[in-house]
Amino acid sequence: MEPTSKTAILYLENINVSFDGFKALNDLSLSIRPGEMRAIIGPNGAGKTTMMDVITGKTRPDSGRVLFNDIHNLARMDETDIATLGIGRKFQKPTVFENHTVNDNLLLALSDGRGVWDTLFANVGSREAERIDEILQIIRLSKVQGEYAASLSHGQKQWLEIGMLLAQKPKLLLVDEPVAGMTDSETAETARLLKEISQQHSLVVVEHDMDFVRDLDVDVTVLHEGAAIAEGSLDYVSKSDRVIEVYLGR
Amino acid sequence: MILRLLKNGIDRKSWIFLGVLFAVTFGVSILNLAPTPGSTLHLSSFVVTVLGKYLTYALLALSVDLVWGYCGVLSLGHAAFFTLGGYAMGMHLMREIGPRGVYGHPILPDFMVFLNWQELPWFWLGFDMFWFAALMVILVPGVLAFVFGWFAFRSRVTGVYLSIITQALTFALMLAFFRNDMGFGGNNGLTDFKDILGFNLQSDGTRVGLLIASAVALAIGFLIARAVVTSKFGKVLIAIRDAESRTRFLGYRAENYKLLVWTLSASMAGVAGALYVPQVGIINPSEFSPANSIEVVIYVALGGRGTLVGAALGGVLVNFAKTIFTGAFPEYWLFFLGGLFVVSTLFMPKGIIGVWGHIANKWRAARARNASSTLQANTLKKGD
Repeated sequence: MEPTSKTAILYLENINVSFDGFKALNDLSLSIRPGEMRAIIGPNGAGKTTMMDVITGKTRPDSGRVLFNDIHNLARMDETDIATLGIGRKFQKPTVFENHTVNDNLLLALSDGRGVWDTLFANVGSREAERIDEILQIIRLSKVQGEYAASLSHGQKQWLEIGMLLAQKPKLLLVDEPVAGMTDSETAETARLLKEISQQHSLVVVEHDMDFVRDLDVDVTVLHEGAAIAEGSLDYVSKSDRVIEVYLGR
Repeated sequence: MILRLLKNGIDRKSWIFLGVLFAVTFGVSILNLAPTPGSTLHLSSFVVTVLGKYLTYALLALSVDLVWGYCGVLSLGHAAFFTLGGYAMGMHLMREIGPRGVYGHPILPDFMVFLNWQELPWFWLGFDMFWFAALMVILVPGVLAFVFGWFAFRSRVTGVYLSIITQALTFALMLAFFRNDMGFGGNNGLTDFKDILGFNLQSDGTRVGLLIASAVALAIGFLIARAVVTSKFGKVLIAIRDAESRTRFLGYRAENYKLLVWTLSASMAGVAGALYVPQVGIINPSEFSPANSIEVVIYVALGGRGTLVGAALGGVLVNFAKTIFTGAFPEYWLFFLGGLFVVSTLFMPKGIIGVWGHIANKWRAARARNASSTLQANTLKKGD
């Protein structure tokens, strides 16, 4: 393959997905630059979660290509391979391992060997502990590191999950509705947390909460009926007639 | 590396478990061998054999707990692996009989002479050697589990569907082993064993030896299981049990984890079966019956799922109750067993071990409260 200029860390090209005749994604194209944080907004059923599913290998597109770093076609890989490439995903509902401590949750997420023999004979030592401490500080959970994840508050679970993403040292982070169900102060804290993370990582954030998206202060893509209908700063897309019609105007 | 695994795996509870296990085993052994028969201290050989049998069930329960309690794979067919291990040992014991059978054939077991077979089938070759039989005890259930798991876990069969397939597996094996031309003695199975490694199976010394072997096997199985579940591998297993797809998104291949622990568990069940057969003196296809596998799940549920010690305890206690009950009111045993399962599911979701932990916590809390109130009272008095 000819060396291409690195213009996109993630490039979706004419993706189509349909479920029993319903077109969830309709010729969707999207491009994320390396180091960029992008917010994706759109009404319910616009295809945001399906798009995340396609990128992470949970759903196979009927047609189209998903290029990661210009070379890997994610449309042909499964979840584990995609995760190994360095794409981490935070789910809409926080899914941390409730029967493990905060520490163990992060330990499982650390970018170490994932094979059965690697973990069976893993010697968990100070190198891992240091890395976990570092992440605990970023996600502000140092005080509860020994507690079971089941006992965390909703907001803390969301942060733990973001911490688990960081532990994977991902090249691209997909964050699905990070502030759903959070209090205002937690929401503000999360915006700061994501901005801090975006200095080192590329991020795609799907969110409903407009104030939160404004806080993030990044480019926005508006999805509607499975296609991107506008792209640019939040102020710019807010002025688009089409966007007002389908989303903001309602 | 292995030593480190073992060292990390043993906590206080494990020491208590191993201590009680060996204290009871040696106590029973000594009381059987030392006092003269007829004295009040003497324990009959029946007790020795029955306890040995319980311990093999405890090992079987432990193997089920490893896959169900820690990885969420509910096997309703683990008796299949237990019975295959038992058959491998039974085949060795049959070959040990040699020319002492009823028909006196130098090589062929009685049932083959009866069926007019002229020579030993190929799959009986090698079983005259103990080491070969011992290897098969581990390999046959292990390989079957590996092949079964390879297909089942790779096609992501989970939950109740997987349980049903395991049940079908053991049922299919039962039907196959019932056939005479399978070459495993048909519905009579294998029996009339004479000796093992040259020791007479009827003698007290051999029975005590088998009891101690069962205790050692249970202890080793327990230590292996502890080492597995306390390693990082074990943490991944629990993660798969609680949120499989989340674990996949973290980059772990859940099917490989399930396959390894499943195969290990099947081999452990095989060892349990191999120790069971010389103690009860017979192995036949009814051991494959689906109800047996379900009973093992009850041992685990009653003792405490995901605790290992609880599973072993459940195996011993339920079978103890079974011995008492089937002697006193044989018709009601199944109702009692069903009742136990309902009660443990409704009132003791974490089993006996869970209840024990609950009581211990309350007691500790009460003691702490008492201590602090006495302290307060004392301070108040001083203040007076």
